[in-house]
Amino acid sequence: MTATLDINGKAVTVKADPETPLLWVLRDELGLTGTKFGCGMAQCGACTVHVNGDPVRSCVTPIAALSGAKIATIESLGGQHPLQQVWVKHDVPQCGYCQSGQIMSAAALLAQTKSPSDEDIDNAMSGNICRCGTYQRIRAAIKEAAGLAAAPTVAAPPAAARPVASNDVDDEIAAASGSTSRGVGQ
Amino acid sequence: MNAPFKTPSPQDGVSRRDVVVGAALVGGALLVGCSPADLMSAGSKVDVGAFGPFIRFDPDGAVTVLSKHIEFGQGNHAGLAAIVAEELDADWSRVKVVHAPANAKLYGNKGLGIQLTGGSSAISNSWEQLRTAGAGARAMFVQAAATKWNVPAGEITVKDSVVGHVSGKSAGFAELIPDAAKIKPPEAPLLKDPKTFTLIGTDRVRRKDSLIKSTGQARYTQDVQLPDMLVAVVAHPPRFGATVKSFDADAAKKVAGVVDVHQIPTGVAVVADTTFAARMGREALKVEWDEGKAETRSSATIAQQWRDIAAGKGPTDLKWEAFDSKGDAAAASAGKGASVFETTYDFPYLAHATMEPMNCVAVVDGNHVKLIHGSQAQTLDQMAAAKIVKALPGSVEVETLYAGGSFGRRANFQSDYVAECVHVAQKVGGGRPVKLIWTREDDMRAGYFRPLVHHAVRVTLDEDGYPATWRHRIVSQSIMKGSPMPAKGPDQTAVEGASGSPYLKATPIVDAQLALPEAGVPVLWWRSVGATHTAFVMEHTIDQLARKAGKDPVDYRRALYAKAGSQGARHLAVLNLAIEKAGPASAAGWTRGVAVHESFGSVVAQVAEVKLVDGHPRVGRVVTAIDCGVAVSPDQIAAQMEGGTCYGLSAALYGEITLTDGAVDQSNFDTYRVLRMNEAPTVETYIVPSANPPSGVGEPGTPVIGPAVANALLAISKAPTTRLPFVRTEA
Repeated sequence: MTATLDINGKAVTVKADPETPLLWVLRDELGLTGTKFGCGMAQCGACTVHVNGDPVRSCVTPIAALSGAKIATIESLGGQHPLQQVWVKHDVPQCGYCQSGQIMSAAALLAQTKSPSDEDIDNAMSGNICRCGTYQRIRAAIKEAAGLAAAPTVAAPPAAARPVASNDVDDEIAAASGSTSRGVGQ
Repeated sequence: MNAPFKTPSPQDGVSRRDVVVGAALVGGALLVGCSPADLMSAGSKVDVGAFGPFIRFDPDGAVTVLSKHIEFGQGNHAGLAAIVAEELDADWSRVKVVHAPANAKLYGNKGLGIQLTGGSSAISNSWEQLRTAGAGARAMFVQAAATKWNVPAGEITVKDSVVGHVSGKSAGFAELIPDAAKIKPPEAPLLKDPKTFTLIGTDRVRRKDSLIKSTGQARYTQDVQLPDMLVAVVAHPPRFGATVKSFDADAAKKVAGVVDVHQIPTGVAVVADTTFAARMGREALKVEWDEGKAETRSSATIAQQWRDIAAGKGPTDLKWEAFDSKGDAAAASAGKGASVFETTYDFPYLAHATMEPMNCVAVVDGNHVKLIHGSQAQTLDQMAAAKIVKALPGSVEVETLYAGGSFGRRANFQSDYVAECVHVAQKVGGGRPVKLIWTREDDMRAGYFRPLVHHAVRVTLDEDGYPATWRHRIVSQSIMKGSPMPAKGPDQTAVEGASGSPYLKATPIVDAQLALPEAGVPVLWWRSVGATHTAFVMEHTIDQLARKAGKDPVDYRRALYAKAGSQGARHLAVLNLAIEKAGPASAAGWTRGVAVHESFGSVVAQVAEVKLVDGHPRVGRVVTAIDCGVAVSPDQIAAQMEGGTCYGLSAALYGEITLTDGAVDQSNFDTYRVLRMNEAPTVETYIVPSANPPSGVGEPGTPVIGPAVANALLAISKAPTTRLPFVRTEA
């Protein structure tokens, strides 16, 4: 038995049983491993792909339900997508395993809501778990990608104020250590 | 090429001594006269290049740093590469990082002797080693240029991978590699004065893996696909300690794609062409378990037994060990009335719940094993695999991949899931690759939890309101008991953070003891280990003592740090920095809680702003100050404070694994709740300037938020927290 799916703009013929979740067809049959397995029951969002532009958990979506649908995976973004650029700029990833799903959820959000509020971001992103806790950088990156000024809930202190010089430390290192305000209050 | 560094040359074969050593290891004994690293590396084949085990050059001059430590989120690859690049004066934009192969002698953790990433030690144990490696390679380029140009080496400069001379001559690394590779490296190259660092400590030290982790290209164990590879899932018993009595594989083998079914020590493995087929096969499998030796207690029963033990009602043969003791112990139990403060704390089992569940790829052909996985403890994984196939540990090849988080889970003395994969691959045999996949449910129920822990604390205050006596009892399963690295004295993983506390230092009479009863639940370190509970107990107790004494909790801490002398100096500095940066008042509606804790050589203070939303704590702004010695990568330190805070807050709010009659109740993120975007705090990070060598960063940000929140709740409601998590579905 075969089925034809529209994945990343290409018609793809797959052999998997119709009840097979899309996730395993992408990963095991098509080698599109950017989409991750995290929970298998739509709890964590690591497997998020787009189906006709909507974010969908591929781990619970059998391919039988996808006839004629346009499926897009992280691989379709190409590496230069605005979200991928700001993800790199903010050094969002830590272990990185959830980030494909995070970016796909964020991409669907921005496609539908050009200037998302904090509440919009919470609503769109709370289905995606990150155990490393990169949430505040994700929020900052989404806002930047949306062309919003990153508006932290508290004012980031001036960079120069970050280190506190004391008498028994090396001032050079001190100055260098405090030369960044990235990651602060964002 | 020369082999300029004093490292073992690649072994073409296995020497007779190695065979003897290997036999001894296989038999479980250790051979006297060999270093552990020698033993573990026996049979290893690693090519060390001219510039030593940590640095390679591409012909075009690009630098590759070999990291002995796995990157699973900590950002250590950025820091490790920066240390090399700094001393080498390499062009940072042309530095890459890869995982080193497995070899305990070349790539052992300097603090442990085996190859293992843990204890927040990646940067600290590599600091001198990688500075020396970078400076040594730099000296080789300098000498090569000096010889080539016939000028004194002292007149040579290096900047951004370009070697230059005052005369105007210059050459890139690429041009000089062939000559430099022939130079004998200095035994002790001159290291830079930290004042001249141009990369370390700057915001230029950025992750090298952000792009591939934003495009889905980063390669994890889950993504490994090899020709002819089979996927395995394993049916595990419902209770710890149970074993297979019998199984019926007929239905499983009829599932399309299922190739075979094998009994292994940990259960019954279904191997199939695809992950989905393997999982369907396991659903069709029928297994009967022998639960004769299984742990059948409920976690509530275990918790009650721990409480009884602390109250002196435990088994008479259970040993108590002192971890801090001074003055007249009897006095710590004496005294009555208003000056006495007494409380207890209960902490649940916790799962690590990494985003990528445990998994491994193994290829077994006879007694040759290759492992491809996110190995946190290459040496332990080698030993476990070698024991199964009866080979030399060093002969086990390990290709270390990125891992989707660990938080301690991927390093354990049994190498549990790695050994399981090797058993399956051995049954499959013939060198056919096997990828073992654990589902979320497998992962959640497999144990290796943070232990269930109970503390009982009794403090008497002196006439000024400060602790005069401190009696402390900790009851926990031991992480180290039965391991190849048994504890000398009290198991530090159970007491660290209470042991060494400046508050105990400031108290004249201390009677602090530990009991380690047994349970059949596998337990393990979990991000920040002992501090996951000791930080909570010490910091929440201090706030309660301050209130009892009628003093401000921050001033109370300052006074105790002063009493503790040098042991409290760094605590005082981070506390003052966090308080200063937090500013005079929280936003309207928010209440502050403060906590300070030292772990892995670093001290962290946090001011957390908390309010109650629908009766549950909500954390907003968290001002964090850390003293971690020299800050190699400030932005990654901030990232670890942000992430560590979320990890600690997730556990404090929701984390709890429970057992009913020995079976784990939780199975997935629907029953093991974790922190999500809408609950995430905003963490600000401030780094205390320091010229001390780097200390830990990955873990110290985790244990402080729990007590900071508890202290805020204490301020809000006057009710102390005696049990975690804060949010429970049942009493």
